[in-house]
Amino acid sequence: MSLIKEQDYGTPARPGEATVSVEIDGKTVLVPEGTSVMRAAAEAGIDIPKLCATDSLEPFGSCRLCLVDIDGRKGSPASCTTPCTPGMKVRTQTPKLAELRRGVMELYISDHPLDCLTCPTNGDCELQDMAGVVGLREVRYGFDGENHLDLPTDSSNPYFDYDASKCIACSRCVRACDEVQGTFALTLEGRGFATKIAAGAGGSFMESDCVSCGACVQACPTATLQERTVVELGMPTRSVLTTCAYCGVGCSFKAELRGDEVVRMVPYKDGKANEGHSCVKGRFAFGYASHPDRQLKPMVRERITDPWREVEWGEAVEYVGKRMLEIQAGHGAGAIGGITSSRCTNEEVYAVQKMVRAAFGNNNVDTCARVCHSPTGYGLKQTYGTSAGTQDFKSVEKADVILVIGANPTDAHPVFASRIKRRLRQGAKLIVADPRRIDLVRSPHIEAQHHLRLMPGTNVALINAMAHVVVTEGLVDREFVAERCEDFDEWERFISGPEHSPEAVEEITGVPAADVRAATRLYASAPNATIMYGLGVTEHSQGSTMVMGMANLAMATGNIGREGVGVNPLRGQNNVQGSCDMGSFPHELPGYRHVSDDAVRNVFETLWGRTLQSEPGLRIPNMFDAAIDGSFRALFVQGEDIVQSDPNTKHVTAALSAMDLVVVQDLFLNETSKYAHVFLPGTSFLEKDGTFTNAERRINRVRPVMAPKTGKHEWQIVCEIAQAMGYPMKYDDAAQIMDEIAITTPTFAGVSFAKLDQVGSVQWPCNDNAPEGTPIMHIDGFVRGRGRFVDTVYVPTKERSTRKFPLILTTGRILSQYNVGAQTRRTGNSAWHPEDLLEMHPHDAEVRGVRDGDTVSLTSRVGETSLRVKIDDRMPVGVVYTTFHHPVTGANVVTTEHSDWATNCPEYKVTAVEVALRNPTPATAAPAMAE
Amino acid sequence: MTTTHTPPHIRLANEISAQFQQRDPAAAAQEIAQHIQSFWDPRMRAKLIADAGAPGSGLDPLAVAAAALLPPAVHG
Ligand code: SF4
Ligand code: SF4
Ligand code: SF4
Ligand code: FES
Repeated sequence: MSLIKEQDYGTPARPGEATVSVEIDGKTVLVPEGTSVMRAAAEAGIDIPKLCATDSLEPFGSCRLCLVDIDGRKGSPASCTTPCTPGMKVRTQTPKLAELRRGVMELYISDHPLDCLTCPTNGDCELQDMAGVVGLREVRYGFDGENHLDLPTDSSNPYFDYDASKCIACSRCVRACDEVQGTFALTLEGRGFATKIAAGAGGSFMESDCVSCGACVQACPTATLQERTVVELGMPTRSVLTTCAYCGVGCSFKAELRGDEVVRMVPYKDGKANEGHSCVKGRFAFGYASHPDRQLKPMVRERITDPWREVEWGEAVEYVGKRMLEIQAGHGAGAIGGITSSRCTNEEVYAVQKMVRAAFGNNNVDTCARVCHSPTGYGLKQTYGTSAGTQDFKSVEKADVILVIGANPTDAHPVFASRIKRRLRQGAKLIVADPRRIDLVRSPHIEAQHHLRLMPGTNVALINAMAHVVVTEGLVDREFVAERCEDFDEWERFISGPEHSPEAVEEITGVPAADVRAATRLYASAPNATIMYGLGVTEHSQGSTMVMGMANLAMATGNIGREGVGVNPLRGQNNVQGSCDMGSFPHELPGYRHVSDDAVRNVFETLWGRTLQSEPGLRIPNMFDAAIDGSFRALFVQGEDIVQSDPNTKHVTAALSAMDLVVVQDLFLNETSKYAHVFLPGTSFLEKDGTFTNAERRINRVRPVMAPKTGKHEWQIVCEIAQAMGYPMKYDDAAQIMDEIAITTPTFAGVSFAKLDQVGSVQWPCNDNAPEGTPIMHIDGFVRGRGRFVDTVYVPTKERSTRKFPLILTTGRILSQYNVGAQTRRTGNSAWHPEDLLEMHPHDAEVRGVRDGDTVSLTSRVGETSLRVKIDDRMPVGVVYTTFHHPVTGANVVTTEHSDWATNCPEYKVTAVEVALRNPTPATAAPAMAE
Repeated sequence: MTTTHTPPHIRLANEISAQFQQRDPAAAAQEIAQHIQSFWDPRMRAKLIADAGAPGSGLDPLAVAAAALLPPAVHG
């Protein structure tokens, strides 16, 4: 593929029917109301010269290059700021306009370094292009007048430079930071000739609020803001469209290459999940794929105390197959199993669950989503009938009230957070329910109407109180409930009980009753109210109950089945949705169909030629328990570092040490591979060929930009292991795997690589009625028929603070790092988060004699670790917080065995701990992004 | 530092039972049994059924009632 150049229409598209007819240079164009003359012209194939306009930003009208003549109007208005009116007649090319434009360009060029030939963006610079377009041949003013040519370059950001000497003060960067990203880090300082861009209060980019999303770099028409890789490697020559492999937003990118080297990742405008925006991870943090730490050859060892021995693929695969069979012969068919990864493609995940079900002959397959969103699957299936969010991301543009519960989108789902922020700036109201004062509560031009600062572990009490207000204050949408739902009366009786009133639970949740009432009224009386939630909901002993509680609330208020409403899980890793869809749970075949369903098993049995088990298999925590009691002895782990990411590390390592065979398929040696007997090198997203499914059920293509550095695709290795175990499993390519998914799984009907290449992406369910997918679910009826109200009893967690462990620890993630950090720690992103810090309230710190930057011990009843402290009043008193991006911290050394009652999802969000001063150190903490 | 020594199948069965305390016991036992049948591997169910008969198992009475409703679990 050659370099993809997307057309820039100059100003954003306006919604609505094309009803306004205008004539431009003799051509008639029909556009929606509010469309600029510039955009209408571009749609008619006429490019008007421009510098300060670009179609991701509202027009600004500062460069005066886009002047046009309009019949009946005096002067020459700027086409970017002039909306089309019916019957308008426009001329874009006249000698007078040409003269004016040349004059403008001459001024710009006279203050611009004339080093085009050596400039890194030579050939990709709009200033250069425009000079050509307007026919500028000479500069009358000379180049020795006052200029900006010796201004210094700001190289503080690890990924891009700001070369002030090349700046034309068009303010596209400032507007991108404001409008697209919503961070407001940049300002245009000074006036007239002295105008320049400033990051924050005149310091460097790194010292400012900049979160390195790259939107300004993207918007800059010159080489002023420039990716450093372009400077170092030169302009890319070809592009491959693919999908970010970090978070559940699933942004589309153009991987731009020079030869086989990735020069940069540029967000793709046509990507439906991101519409041309990106965050620091997807945009810049791809260097790990070529990091020297990557293990590229398979390795085997008899005992985990032996040194690793590099082997050829054949030997590694044979060894795994032989050992698996031996273990089954000695300990039964159920003694082995596998774990799939939410970071792998749908095709890779499907292959692993097929290997387990058909070649291993059991259902011992689970996914790392167990430890994050399994309660979402359970809760939404019980109430609505399917295990997925109800909306597409775009839907938030129609929301009037946004209720964010236990999610920190600006850090964990940054690109979607930018959309939320844009909607909030347009006037939508915000309610945040979170123990911490997350950034969204108060950020530039955004202020939450209500921050319900609940104690960790009391989500259900809070959601019940909100539902109580809805039913007792007459806020129920009776018509919706009567038409669309069931079991309402019983639920209404349950939830109206006085024990659920905000006043009654105030002491439990810590949230003032009046706030709960006011927030509920705001939510329930909005024309469109939507719920967004994250791991702060699911990773609790009542995670599933809370998901059902939110589902109840949305149904009771009629907030389901149209744009702007719904219940939306923000998925952590890129393919959490997909890995769950692909039959990774031990009780479900692909498409969330229970293994006991004879008809469904029959579909797979016929195709796979094996009898499948009708009993559920072991879930991840059950696998560990069974390993310790000796009945589970071999595990295949696909791309997940369970030792670092799963709770109660001591228990996990005891389980792995007890096993006869642990096989790890991953990019890097990690904490888990210390317990492995076989290491199978995996592929990075730049080598993968397949699909990811994002949090809005969107199936996006992941296209390889290079061949696997390991020589094999991950699904090929999985097939070979199955074959070594005597089960014939073979595909020619990943597309064939998707074809098999499509014929066996009704919600994926008709999905194929060819279709995705043709239409870009689809949102499942896809079927005969909706071959191109279903952006919004439950429109005319719930998937299960009627939406079901479920009584949600609040059962407090057993994990309580005590005299010995008086604080509650809750965990989360930060913008610049990703999950266990295996990838992001191997990129420039570590500039922002070199270590995990323990955040605590000033009061809690003071009573323990702890100062900012001190090293403390963090102890729970299961373990102890040490970290440095960051004192921050965003924490409530009594609650401490940390991330789990770095293995040395071992945050999960202290987390416990408690888990969600329905799904075993671990309770990461509540651990009783004590903090004690260990090592007072001078505080020199590096700036933590998004803090 | 201590860890809890309750066997996992007992702890999990009790956690499920805790969710159904306010319900009619017969209906609750039904639902718990159904849940366990759908989500638990047979070897865990076998242990639960075995322990449900034993006095002093530490099992919640609802879990005991649910275990009595479970068909015998066979695992391979
Ligand atoms: S990188 Fe993003 S946050 Fe930073 S200044 Fe540019 S637009 Fe703003
Ligand atoms: S840095 Fe680039 S985008 Fe920003 S004002 Fe200068 S030229 Fe325009
Ligand atoms: S928001 Fe998520 S998917 Fe998008 S670029 Fe960032 S990490 Fe990647
Ligand atoms: S492009 Fe219209 S004024 Fe700059």
